[in-house]
Amino acid sequence: MAVSVDEAVSPGPVRDHRPPGRRSTGRGRVVIEVAVLAVLAAVMLFPVLWMIETSIKENRDVYAIPAKFFDFTVTLDHFKDVFVASDGGPTTLSGAFLNSVIVAGVSTVLATVLGVPAAWAYSRFSVKAKKDQLFFILSTRFMPPVVVVIPIFLMYRQVGLFDTKLGLILIYTAFNVPFTIWMMKGFVDEVPAEYEDAAMLDGYTRLQAFWKFTLPLLLPGIAATAVFALIFSWNEFVFAIFLTSSDAVRTAPPAIAGLIGGTTVDWGLVAAASIVFALPVLVFSYLVRKHLVAGVTLGAVRR
Amino acid sequence: MAGIEVTTLHKRYPDGTVAVEHVDLSIGDGELFVMLGPSGCGKTTTLRAIAGLERQTSGDIRIGDTLVNDLSPGERDIAMVFQFYALYPHLRTRDNLAFPLRAEGLPKAEVEERVAEAARLMRLDPLLDRRPHRLSGGEQQRVALARALVRRPRAFLMDEPLTNLDAELRADMRTEIKHLQGELGTTMVYVTHDQVEAMSLGHRIAILNKGRVEQIGTPLEVYDRPASLFCAAFIGSPPMNLIEVELADGKLRSKSGLALTPPPNLPRDRSLIAGVRPEALEVTEPGAEGSVPGRVVSAEWLGDEIIYVVDHGDQRDVRVRMPLNVRFAADAPVGLRHTGGPPPVYDASTEELVA
Ligand SMILES: Nc1ncnc2c1ncn2[C@@H]1O[C@H](COP(=O)(O)OP(=O)(O)OP(=O)(O)O)[C@@H](O)[C@H]1O
Ligand SMILES: [Mg+2]
Repeated sequence: MAVSVDEAVSPGPVRDHRPPGRRSTGRGRVVIEVAVLAVLAAVMLFPVLWMIETSIKENRDVYAIPAKFFDFTVTLDHFKDVFVASDGGPTTLSGAFLNSVIVAGVSTVLATVLGVPAAWAYSRFSVKAKKDQLFFILSTRFMPPVVVVIPIFLMYRQVGLFDTKLGLILIYTAFNVPFTIWMMKGFVDEVPAEYEDAAMLDGYTRLQAFWKFTLPLLLPGIAATAVFALIFSWNEFVFAIFLTSSDAVRTAPPAIAGLIGGTTVDWGLVAAASIVFALPVLVFSYLVRKHLVAGVTLGAVRR
Repeated sequence: MAGIEVTTLHKRYPDGTVAVEHVDLSIGDGELFVMLGPSGCGKTTTLRAIAGLERQTSGDIRIGDTLVNDLSPGERDIAMVFQFYALYPHLRTRDNLAFPLRAEGLPKAEVEERVAEAARLMRLDPLLDRRPHRLSGGEQQRVALARALVRRPRAFLMDEPLTNLDAELRADMRTEIKHLQGELGTTMVYVTHDQVEAMSLGHRIAILNKGRVEQIGTPLEVYDRPASLFCAAFIGSPPMNLIEVELADGKLRSKSGLALTPPPNLPRDRSLIAGVRPEALEVTEPGAEGSVPGRVVSAEWLGDEIIYVVDHGDQRDVRVRMPLNVRFAADAPVGLRHTGGPPPVYDASTEELVA
C-alpha cells in the first residue's frame, strides 16, 4: 500500500522541475495527440458520416463508382420516403416508429414506476434475505436475450402475447425492472433516511415522506436510469424480431433490418430510416444530459 | 410537557440483531436525561423506539399518561434532532422552521410568530433566507434545534446532535442546549457516547451497555459510585484504576501492599476489585509514610495537571492525577499511597458493585 502511494506521488515534483526548454516537446506531444485522436475519430465516425451522406444523396450518386464524397446533389426524398408512401398514405416504417415509441415509452414508464419504489423499499427496510433477493433480481439479467427468446416465444404463443405490443412491453419491462432497482437502490442509499424520519415526526406518513422529500431528491437518478432503460427498449432487436410478425406490431429495429435483403436494397432509404431511428435517443440524452451527469456522479461527490 | 416511561423494552431487528436487550427508564417531566454508552449499545434504537420510528419487539412506552406503542411518530408530539441534521435541502431556513407548523395546519400569523420566536432563541435571524447548503455545520445544527422547538413538543429527543461539530463549537452548543432546556422546562432525552457531554448536561445519566442499562444516576453518583466494572471503566478520563484487593487486618490491600480504607458491610469470601479514581491516589517521595514503593513509568502533562502512570508491583500500573507543582521524572523511584475515602468495591466474578 505504502509503496503504491509513493509511486503515485512521485511524478508530481518531477514534472515541476522540468526545465522550460522542454516545453516544445510538450507542444509537439499535443500535436501528435490531436492528430492521433483526429484519425481515430475519423475512422470511428466514418460509418456515421457515410450514413448521413447516403441519406441525402440522390440514388444515382449513392451507387456511383468511384464514390462521391462531396460533389453530389442534396435531396431529402429519402426522409420523405421513410414516412410517406408512394400512394400518399403513411408507410409501414412510420408505423414501426410509432410502435417503437409506444413500446419503449410504456415499458420505461412501467419499469420506473415499479422499480423506484422497490429500490426505496430495499434501501430503507430490513427485508429477510435482502442480499439473496437482490442477487436473484440481478440474476434475471445474466442471460442474454438470444438465450431466452425461444422459450419466451413458445410461452407467448400459448398465452396469446405473440405478435402483440403488450407482449413486447412486458418483456422489456421485465428486463428493465431489475436494472432500475439496482441503479435506483444506489441513489436511494445516498439520500439520508433522516429526511423521512424528520418528516414522519412532523406528522407525515412514511409514504407521504417518501413522496414529498425523498422522491424530489431522486429525480436526477430517476432521469439517468430511465434514459438507460429507454435506450435499451428502443434499440432492442432480438425480442422484437422473434416475438412480432405483423407490420402493425413490429418496432423500428426489425422494420429497418427488413429493408435489407430484397433483390435490390434502397440504401438511401435505409440510411434515412436509421438516422430517424437514432435521432430521438440522441436528442433525449442531450436534453437530460445535466441530470445524467448529476445522476451518474451522484455517489462520487456527496459527503 | 410530559415524562417518559419505558418498561422492559426489547428490540430485535428482522436480521436477528438484538439491539436492545432489556431497558427500563423512568424520565421525569422537565428532566434532561442523558443516555450514555459505547457505540452499538442500543442508544439510537431506544431513542427511535421512543420516537416511534422503530417498533419495539416487546415492552411499553408511555409519554405522559399515554401509552404510545401504537401511535405513529407524528401522533406522539415529540421532536427529534439527528446527528445528521436532516434539514430539508430545498427549503430556506425560514421555511424549514415553518414546515412542521404548516404540516400541523396552524394559522399563518401563529406560524410566523413561532418561527420568529425560535429564530430569536437560537439567534438565527441573519440566516433565515439561506438554504441549508449555505450554512456552516454549527448554523445547521442551530436551525435543526430551532426546528425542534417551534413545535413546542412534549419532549425533545436528541441523537448525538453535536458529534459533527468541532470541539470548541461543541462546548458552546452544549451550554446553549442546557440553558435552553432549563428555560423551556421541556423534557429532553439526550443520547451521546461522550462522557464529558453526559456529565456536563445531564440531570441524570443512564449508562447503557450491550442493550442493557448498567446504571442510572446523577452525574455525581455515576462518577463516585459506578454501579459495575463496566461503568467504572467507562466514566472518567483517565478512568478508575481497578485494583484487585483482599481484606486483611481492617484494610483493603492490593498484592503490592497498597492500603485502602474499606467501605462498611463488605461481603466476605469473594475476590474483590476496588475502583480508585486517579485523584484519590498520590505520588510521594519514596518511603513516605503509608506509601508502597513504586516507579514512574510515564508522565503526561495536560497543562493544569499531570497524569503519572506508576508501577507499584501489581499486575496493572495505576494512573495518578497530580497537580503541576509536584514533579517526578520518568523512571524515578517513588512512593504511592491512597488519600481518598473508601473506594467502591466490586465482585470480581459478577462485576457488580458490592459495597
Ligand atoms: N436497521 C438495523 N438493522 C439491523 N441491525 C441494526 C439496525 N440498526 C442498528 N442495528 C444494530 O443494533 C445495534 C445497536 O445499534 P444502535 O444504532 O442503537 O447503537 P448506538 O448505541 O446508537 O451506537 P452509536 O453510538 O454508534 O450510534 C448495533 O449492533 C447495530 O448494528
Ligand atoms: Mg447512534
